[in-house]
Amino acid sequence: MAEKVLMKGNEAIAEAAILAGCRHYFGYPITPQTEIAAYMAKKMPKIGGCFLQAESEVAAINMVYGVAGTGKRVMTSSSSPGISLKAEGLSYLAGSDLPSLVVNVQRGGPGLGGIQPSQSDYFQATKGGGHGDFKMIVLAPSSVQEMADLTIKGFDLAEKYRMTSMILADGTMGQMMEPVSLEEVKVNEYDKSWAVTGTKCERKKNIINSLSLVPEELEKLNFARFERYKAIEENEVMYEEYMMDDAEICIAAFGIAARVAKNAINAARKEGVKAGLIRPITLWPFPNEAFRKAADKVDCFISVELSMGQMIEDIRLASECKKPVYLCNRVGGMIPSPELVLESIKAHCKGGTK
Amino acid sequence: MTDKRIVLFAGHYGSGKTNIAVNYAVRLKDEGYPVLIADLDIVNPYFRTKDSEKELAEKGIELICSDFANTNLDIPSLPKNMYRVVNDKRYRAVMDIGGDDAGAIALGRFAPSIAEENNYEMVFVANFYRPLTRTAEEAYGVMKEIEAASSLKFTSIANNSNLGNETDAGDVLSSVGEAERLSELSGLPVLFTCCENRLYEELKECGKEIFPLKLQSKLF
Repeated sequence: MAEKVLMKGNEAIAEAAILAGCRHYFGYPITPQTEIAAYMAKKMPKIGGCFLQAESEVAAINMVYGVAGTGKRVMTSSSSPGISLKAEGLSYLAGSDLPSLVVNVQRGGPGLGGIQPSQSDYFQATKGGGHGDFKMIVLAPSSVQEMADLTIKGFDLAEKYRMTSMILADGTMGQMMEPVSLEEVKVNEYDKSWAVTGTKCERKKNIINSLSLVPEELEKLNFARFERYKAIEENEVMYEEYMMDDAEICIAAFGIAARVAKNAINAARKEGVKAGLIRPITLWPFPNEAFRKAADKVDCFISVELSMGQMIEDIRLASECKKPVYLCNRVGGMIPSPELVLESIKAHCKGGTK
Repeated sequence: MTDKRIVLFAGHYGSGKTNIAVNYAVRLKDEGYPVLIADLDIVNPYFRTKDSEKELAEKGIELICSDFANTNLDIPSLPKNMYRVVNDKRYRAVMDIGGDDAGAIALGRFAPSIAEENNYEMVFVANFYRPLTRTAEEAYGVMKEIEAASSLKFTSIANNSNLGNETDAGDVLSSVGEAERLSELSGLPVLFTCCENRLYEELKECGKEIFPLKLQSKLF
């Protein structure tokens, strides 16, 4: 048989997590990500791992906190409303400097919203996701293969920097099927001297805690954490450029929106409009430099989003408002069509009909 | 193809049951039979028989599915007219069963009537490129789980091995051996091997019965 496997995005995440050495999954079902839990439920018992359907999302994220404290690779997954429930746990994980992988397969909101795809949790994911000063590494896959690859990457980054990596996918990415090739993963070893694994009376005990009542000390912890964030911003930015060399108009899009945008760019090029794409793969850290450089070359930006315009703010910041940034969007579970994006490109290009 | 009055398609999650069921119903209709197609999927709110509602209606194929299918209301339910499948014997019926054992539970309600009439073909749909059914042994395991959950026994196998848009004729042919191994393991015949319409010319003379598929429309 061929090496490729036909997988749903959700299944690819689950299998990649197992390949990356994750043996602990805690979750609570919610459409459109339930296949992750279903896959884990089938596979974990066969490989000596632990699948546990928690009584709620809040319980699941606190189980993640527990296992993360022992230094083992652990994950949970949910969709938008469920991620809101996990917000407290995400903040506690950050406050305790624990590595974990959290998956959000977004659906339309706010509230319970719908079960169709969305990207409207961008703010929630990239600006913290809970109370207090903290960041998560936010990875935005745009294919089923990337659902797998970024899951593996996410576990690695989480351990390297002792923090949460979030896979920010959407219902389309979770549900669509594509061929994937999965290979053995070389798991990097990072220092785990902080983990709670039993002292055997041979060392000082480790304490996992996010409570710090002395303000001078809490300030020091926050400063130190943000030093680490600075290193991530310098070293871990990932993005893809598509036809940007001679682009006069720059589309910015991630996930499913980037796939639609590529189709629109190809159509625009056929009509002689020089459009290109910057696709952030890490939404935090955001590819500021790429947008800053593009701002000197292109006439304008169009942010294609399945939200009311969230990433658009980061593009304006990154490009220092040198060029106008327009929004092309659908929301509530709707996906912008290539035709809609093409219309927007034509309306905003030089000599366009804006 | 089979002469049985009821044809059921069941199998692993995402193995292609709905696409095959819709195409099978169209073939029956083209042969002149009055046809019902029933969507028994109570597990997955996406990729439903109802996605082909318009095409089925144009063909004059009657669709029975949950009142809530494709409404964004994520409620597992079956409509009361589902009983027409077993009661209205004027029709040839195609049943699209939900994935895995979890999806096949809904079939149990109708299993006694189907078994009593004893004029059915229950087809196990296998895609050996899907995770968890990569080998004949794994597929056989899923087959047994579905039989236990549905209270019905499979009678044949449809080999629907594919890699989505990237499938070529070679991918289909190299799955034939695994399908034959599953046939030996289970003692059931391979009813047909499926391929997308675009591959039919290349595969039609490969010595296997080929069932060409027109895929349900995709948005991207």
